[in-house]
Amino acid sequence: MSVQANIAAEVPAGEMRAAARAVPWTETFYWCVRRELWEHRAIYIGPVAAAGVYLFGFLLTLHRLPQQMRSALTDPAKMKVLGGSYEFAAVAVMLVAMIVEIFYCLEAMQGERKDRSILFWKSLPVSDLTTVLSKASIPFVILPAVAYAVLIATGVVMLVLSSVVLMANGLSAAPLWTQLSLAENAFGLLYHMVTVHILWYAPIYCWMLLISAWARRAAFVWAFLPPFCVGMLEKVVFNTTHFVTWLGYRVGGGMEADKAAGMMPSTHLTPWRFLGDPGLWLGWVAAAIFLALAVRVRRNREAN
Amino acid sequence: MACIEAHGLRKAYGSTVALDGVDLRVEEGRILGLIGPNGAGKTTALNAILGLTPYQGELKVLGLDPWAVREQLMRDVCFISDVAVLPRWIRVSQALEYLAGMHPRFDRSKAEGFLAKTTIKSSSRVKELSKGMVVQLHLALVMAIDARLLVLDEPTLGLDILFRKQFYDSLLNDYFDGSRTIVMTTHQVEEIQNVLTDLMFIDRGRIVLSCSMEEFERRYAEVMVSPDRLDVARALKPMHERQVFARSVFLFDGVDRKQLAGIGEVRTPSIADLFVAVVGNQSGAGGAR
Repeated sequence: MSVQANIAAEVPAGEMRAAARAVPWTETFYWCVRRELWEHRAIYIGPVAAAGVYLFGFLLTLHRLPQQMRSALTDPAKMKVLGGSYEFAAVAVMLVAMIVEIFYCLEAMQGERKDRSILFWKSLPVSDLTTVLSKASIPFVILPAVAYAVLIATGVVMLVLSSVVLMANGLSAAPLWTQLSLAENAFGLLYHMVTVHILWYAPIYCWMLLISAWARRAAFVWAFLPPFCVGMLEKVVFNTTHFVTWLGYRVGGGMEADKAAGMMPSTHLTPWRFLGDPGLWLGWVAAAIFLALAVRVRRNREAN
Repeated sequence: MACIEAHGLRKAYGSTVALDGVDLRVEEGRILGLIGPNGAGKTTALNAILGLTPYQGELKVLGLDPWAVREQLMRDVCFISDVAVLPRWIRVSQALEYLAGMHPRFDRSKAEGFLAKTTIKSSSRVKELSKGMVVQLHLALVMAIDARLLVLDEPTLGLDILFRKQFYDSLLNDYFDGSRTIVMTTHQVEEIQNVLTDLMFIDRGRIVLSCSMEEFERRYAEVMVSPDRLDVARALKPMHERQVFARSVFLFDGVDRKQLAGIGEVRTPSIADLFVAVVGNQSGAGGAR
């Protein structure tokens, strides 16, 4: 017969094996994150597309710019209107990034069970903790970084295009660069991203990741229905709205949200008051619990 | 050292018992076929071995507890399953890049060598490949990993006969080196009879037969008995009797072949025939299947 006969002549077990390459945890993590970017291309296509559409619209309005600049030069209040288009671009990109975040988080660990590829991923030497953390890095690090880079790049492109148009019409572009306080706005946006989108929304992302690890289908419904039901029950039973108020505060972005999108001069920012908000720290405790549960659920869940 | 060792392995889903106290030992360098009817507990046993499911009882794979340290174990274990499919969105080049980046024992040039023998393009996504090509790709990836244990759960399900033949050929010629261990399940038992070194039947969560293929060939004999010798054959206590073209075929366990030669034509049974005799009898189906 074929195989048995050959075995005795073969090399003893283990002797032919080369030593395994050492793969540090950081390298495994890096490849897990790359994997997410391969699978979920919306992470970068979304914000870039939003910026592209916005820039297209902006191009269509550029012919009005010389006129607007002439009136702004006589009336400083109108200079603000010129700055408005930059803020609007930032809001558009951040909004799209948030939509991508929601869909990413809810899909992150449900998709791999739906197409049963989870068994392939689990056949590789990657722990559930590393996997979950790599998936969490998308809403916490990658998407904010992508969104910020895209919105800064968008602002720069708008600024350059505007300057060219103004100079072609014999006007100075200097007021654009000096009077719109764009650098300060850029800093304000970064502050907003870090405080609201990353630190304050942390438990929301982790909640959605947990739901995606747990729900067999309709992750969207499971993520949003329970809070809605709690609020409704409270209203019906106690005729109060504490939960809804609290939820609104959380989703609304907390105390730093009103300084949103870089509208405020940076002197108005209150990072220490923000860091002293117990809601922030309780949010982080909740986020850690949700993530730990997500790791546990992914470890135990078999494919759908 | 044993590659896989289990004592009293038990797993229940609610009131359904999938594994009912399994004891097994697989030495390194063996090719074991785990054969059983649907729902017998094959996949549950493999999932326990791969650290995909918690279990009761004692289980060591390459000396490790699979459920406790799955990711450590998976450096030395590979897995291909009919259901554990490659993600549909991934490109062949991405799969190679990913494994080369994160797997301590993956040899990219080896995988590319295997793929060069197929018609798979490295720019293709898995969803663009045929079922057979996906299995070829998965096999190429797995064979490029210098693992000690390869687990195959119905790896050739849904493949045509050419792909199936090619699958086992490359497994034996390009992968198996006598030191690796392979555990596989399949319903196409006739195709792996010459591939296996060891055989195990599992039924209703229990191991009902376990032997090496040498033992299989020594112990079991199938005899086509002419009608006038039926009484003699039955006196030798066959484990199973069936009718083929109006002639009786008997299956004997541990009866001297010289003795059997006197009552008809003796040959080694197929795994499928032994399976029907062992599992069919136990299921109370009387071997009628």
